Amino acid sequence: MSVTKLGKFAVIGLSAAWIAGCSTTATDTDSSTVAEDANTTEQANDTTENSDQAFGAGQDDAMTSVIVDENASNNNGMDSLAGVETVFYFDFDKSIVRPESREALAKHAEYLVGNPDARVVLEGHADERGTREYNMALGERRAKAISRYLTIQGVAASQIETVSFGEEVPVAFGHDSNAWQLNRRVEVRYEK
Amino acid sequence: MMFKKYLSVLFTCLIFISSARAQLVIEITSGADQLLPIAVVPFGYDGVDALPEDVAQIVEADLARSGLFQAIPRSNMLSMPTKEADVFYRDWRLLKSDYVVIGTVKKLPNNQYRIGFELLNVLSQKPVQKHSSIDVSSKNFRDAAHYISDKVYELLTGTRGAFSTRILYVTAEGDKKAPLFKLQVADADGHRPQVVVESKEPILSPSWSMDGRKIAYVMFRNRRPNIFIQELATGKRQQIAQFRGLNGAPSWSPDGKKLALVLSKDNNPEIYTLDIATQKLERMTNHYAIDTEPSWEPDGKGIVFTSDRGGNPQIYRLDVNSKRVERVTFEGDLNTRARMTPDGRYIVTVQKNDGNYHIALQDMKTGRVQILTETYLDESPSIAPNGSMVMYATTYQGKGILAVVSVDGLVKYRLPSADGDVREPSWSPYFK
Repeated sequence: MSVTKLGKFAVIGLSAAWIAGCSTTATDTDSSTVAEDANTTEQANDTTENSDQAFGAGQDDAMTSVIVDENASNNNGMDSLAGVETVFYFDFDKSIVRPESREALAKHAEYLVGNPDARVVLEGHADERGTREYNMALGERRAKAISRYLTIQGVAASQIETVSFGEEVPVAFGHDSNAWQLNRRVEVRYEK
Repeated sequence: MMFKKYLSVLFTCLIFISSARAQLVIEITSGADQLLPIAVVPFGYDGVDALPEDVAQIVEADLARSGLFQAIPRSNMLSMPTKEADVFYRDWRLLKSDYVVIGTVKKLPNNQYRIGFELLNVLSQKPVQKHSSIDVSSKNFRDAAHYISDKVYELLTGTRGAFSTRILYVTAEGDKKAPLFKLQVADADGHRPQVVVESKEPILSPSWSMDGRKIAYVMFRNRRPNIFIQELATGKRQQIAQFRGLNGAPSWSPDGKKLALVLSKDNNPEIYTLDIATQKLERMTNHYAIDTEPSWEPDGKGIVFTSDRGGNPQIYRLDVNSKRVERVTFEGDLNTRARMTPDGRYIVTVQKNDGNYHIALQDMKTGRVQILTETYLDESPSIAPNGSMVMYATTYQGKGILAVVSVDGLVKYRLPSADGDVREPSWSPYFK
C-alpha cells in the first residue's frame, strides 16, 4: 500500500469519525425472512453486510465521499477500483453529473470496459423533500445521468442497470441542507 | 371573533382521546368556529362483566374529531338517561346542548351484545332517530360505535359519515439505518392497527380498490421496486409489475378493473394502465419528461398525474379515451401527487411555495387555490370517501406523522405514533 493511499485512509478515518451519525456502516441485522403470507417468501437481503461506507462532508456544497470496499481487492480484479468513490452527489431537483464526479466515474468506466462481464447497478436517491413517487422518478433520473456518463465512455448499456430508491433509503437523518445533500446521491454497486 | 376562535381551539385541545392499545393518538390542534353542541350520554349497561369499550366515548370522539360538533363533557351532565322516557329536555337546554345521543348495551348469549341508541332533538323534544339497535361481538364494539357516529353525522349534517372507514399507512421502525417497514391498516381514528406486510426493504404508495377488499402497493425486493396486489381478508397476494426500472404509484380505477401505474421500462417514467384480469398493459403518456403519480378521477374518465414536462412538476389531466393531456395547476412553484374529491369538484396537491411544501386545494371549475396546511414537509394527501377531510403525512418534532385537515382548512388534528416514522396514508373507500 502506497503512502498516498495510507494518507487517504487516514482522511477517511477522520471524516468517518466526524460524521459517524451519518455513516451507513452495515449492522449485522439478521437475515431472516420477513413475515409474509404462505404463498411467497421474502428474501431479506443484506447487501451492505460486507462493506463499510463512510461519507465525508466538506463545506455544504463541496462534498467529498469515499466508500471503501474491504472485499474489493479479493474480487475478480477489482483492485483498480480500490479507493475509488462509489457515491456521487447531486444538486436539489437536478440530475447533472458534477465535475468533481468525473474522475472517479472515468475509473469505473475504464474498469467496466476492461471487464465486459462485470455488471453494475446504479442506485439513485433523493432527499426527503417533495413527494415520494416523484422522488422515485428523480432518483432514477440521477442514476440514468450516471449511466449516460458511463456509456459515453464506452461502457455497454447491457452492463448497467439503473434503480431508484427515491427518498426511501436516506443515509443522513437530519432535516437540514447537510442531510439533504448527503441523501441526493447515486451509489455505484457492482453485482457479484 | 378571535376570542371565540381561541376558545374553540382551547376547547378542542382539551379533547384528548387515547387508548392503551392504540398506536396512533388523536390530538385536535384547531377547530372550526361554529360547532354543533351535542351530548353523548354514557350508554346504560345491565351486565356485570366489564365492557370491552365505552361506546359513548368513541361516538363522542368521532363527532368531535369531525370538527363540526362540540361534545358536552360528562362531568357537566345533570342526568344520564338511557331511554327517551327518562330524558328531561330542560336539563339539556340548560347545558345548551342541541342534541342528545342516548343508548344501552345488553349482553346476549355467545359473547354477543345488543347496542341500542337514539338521537334526540332538544329544541323540538323529539327523536331524530328513534331507538335502533345492532348486535355485535365483543371484538366489534368499535365498529358499532363508528356505525352510530356515521348515523348521527349523516342525520345532522346531511353528509354520509366516514367513521367506519379505515386507513392504510407505512411505518418505518427501529434502527434508522436498517428500519423495518410495515404496511398497516387501522380504523380511520388510528385504533386497531394490523400489519399487512412487513419488510426490511421499503414499502410505499398503498392504494385501495374501490370495494375496499384489495390493496395495491410498491415494495422493494432484492433492491428493486415491485408492485403487488393483496387481498386484505386472506393476505393472498400477487406480484403484478416487476419491469426493469420504476414500478410505482399504483392507483385503482373506479370500476376496479384496472390499475394506473408508472413504469420506466421504455426509458423514462410513463403512465400505463394495467387490466388486472387480462394483464394487458396500455401506455397512456408519451413524453421525455417525468410522468408519475397517476390518480383516477371518480368517474373513471380521466387520470390526474404529475409531470415536469413544463419545466417543474405540475398536475396534468389525461383523458383516458383520447389520451389527450392538459395542464391543471398553475399556482405555486410546483404541484405534485394530486387526488380528486369524490364529487370531482376539487383536487388536493402537494404545493411548494418559498421552499415550503403544503397541501393545497384547487377548485377544478374556478381554478381557485387554497393552502390548507401549515405544517412541515407535507405530502401524500388522501381524501376521506365523503370528501370532508384530507389525511396527509408531515414531519413533527423530527418524526414522520399523519395529520388530518378538513377540506375547508378549519379543522386540523394529528395522529402521532408511539414509535417510528409514519407516512403514506391512504384513506379507504366506504365498505359495502
